[in-house]
Amino acid sequence: MARIAGVDIPREKRIEVSLTYIYGIGKALSNIILKNVEINPDTRVKDLSEKEIGKLRSIIEKEYKIEGDLRRDISFNIKRLMDIGSYTGLRHRRSLPVRGQRTRTNSRTRKGPRKTVGARKKEE
Amino acid sequence: MARSIKKGPYVESSLLNKILRMNNTSEKKMIKTWSRRSTITPDFVGHTMAVHNGKKFIPVYITENMVGHKLGEFAHTRIFKAHSGHTKKVLTKT
Repeated sequence: MARIAGVDIPREKRIEVSLTYIYGIGKALSNIILKNVEINPDTRVKDLSEKEIGKLRSIIEKEYKIEGDLRRDISFNIKRLMDIGSYTGLRHRRSLPVRGQRTRTNSRTRKGPRKTVGARKKEE
Repeated sequence: MARSIKKGPYVESSLLNKILRMNNTSEKKMIKTWSRRSTITPDFVGHTMAVHNGKKFIPVYITENMVGHKLGEFAHTRIFKAHSGHTKKVLTKT
């Protein structure tokens, strides 16, 4: 089993793709890494030798910020924005789009499922 | 699009001069400013700025964390309007 950076065990796939299962590694970065350790991105993970996997493991764990560290960093950045009371932080707090998009319609990713408000009747 | 690094951060020169003068004499006074577009530089830390939001001046105390942001980010220009308490009422009715 190929185990790189904690729990990720992608097999049967090309390493180029397998590496992207690690949080913080996309296709571009995965290609850069593979170029550095001189592994053909088309080889399947199961066909890799222990040595190659070891090389990958060391380069990924040493040079790049991935998984928990990255997640912590990101949430820390957001928390900082909220703490200093900036507009961006305010939008994060309300879970509304941060970068000036419209909110009259759309932006469902940030707002979540539609909640109909409607007019309430007056209390008797 | 981000500003070119070559140019360095933009700070209204009159504002920066005021700040530097205050740093030299180490006095603390609230500075009124309309220059929301000015970047906060390390010189600003510890001062309180009164940043215009289009209607009035919002006092902003500058901390180290704010360096690199613009003054305008801390003086909100919009009032948040929401329907009051609809979540609770809707839940009890159904």
